[in-house]
Amino acid sequence: MELVIFALAAVGAVAGGVGIIASRSPVRSALSLLLVLGCLAALSLLLSAQFIAALQIIIYAGAIVILFLFVVMLLHAHSGETAPNRLGWLTPAGIVLGAILLAGLLGTVRDGGGVASIGAEFGTAEAVGQTLFTTFMLPFEAASVLLLIGIIAAVIIGRPEPASPAPTGTPRQVVEPSRR
Amino acid sequence: MTVPIGAYLALGALLFVLGIAGVLLRRSALVVFMSIELMLNAVNLTFVAFARQLGRLEGQVAVFFVLVVAAVEVVVGLAIIIAIFRTRSTVDLDDVDLLRG
Repeated sequence: MELVIFALAAVGAVAGGVGIIASRSPVRSALSLLLVLGCLAALSLLLSAQFIAALQIIIYAGAIVILFLFVVMLLHAHSGETAPNRLGWLTPAGIVLGAILLAGLLGTVRDGGGVASIGAEFGTAEAVGQTLFTTFMLPFEAASVLLLIGIIAAVIIGRPEPASPAPTGTPRQVVEPSRR
Repeated sequence: MTVPIGAYLALGALLFVLGIAGVLLRRSALVVFMSIELMLNAVNLTFVAFARQLGRLEGQVAVFFVLVVAAVEVVVGLAIIIAIFRTRSTVDLDDVDLLRG
């Protein structure tokens, strides 16, 4: 049973990964990303990481993919590739380098050691939260500051340009105070 | 535990290489960004697999922090993509070459 679920989720994840890099339209890439995330959530459940699986669905599938789709909508027709590729040699080089990297990574995969026996509470929100709020308290607070910085950065970057830029010929000192 | 941990690790490696290939082969900034997300998720899978093998929760906590960083990264990155699109009317990475020497 577990093997069947693993095989289905693995095939789905790899198909989604290929779909991301192979599909022409960015919307299909975003939906392929959604497929990958769903399959990875299933795999997390198999590895008894229930809390992580829920986070994966809520944050990644629920927020990040939607954000991608919004941006695709904002950029609509212009988000695909139109001009001919100026770096044509990059495609075979990328495939060869990717194959080498894959071979190297797979060479390091071993089934060393046994799998630890775990209790029923392993990976629940309670257990992960217990670790998060004791051992990892400081990184957790730092993460909240990081999120705040991200929000501020997105607001500043996304602010529209001033409607009328400073007229040409104005001395720089006059422009300075109104600069963002 | 009928599926060996190595199978999860191999799947993570495969997804990571797919993400690398996306970054190298695609020129649409959005798709490159999605490929980066794919790589982050491959690493997350590896973290979770090792957490299961060692029976320790630190790996899952690491995934939590990766999720936080990924969320911030997506918000800022997409804002930059939109800003580039507003000024240059393109998201093709080959056309964004102001820093070319």
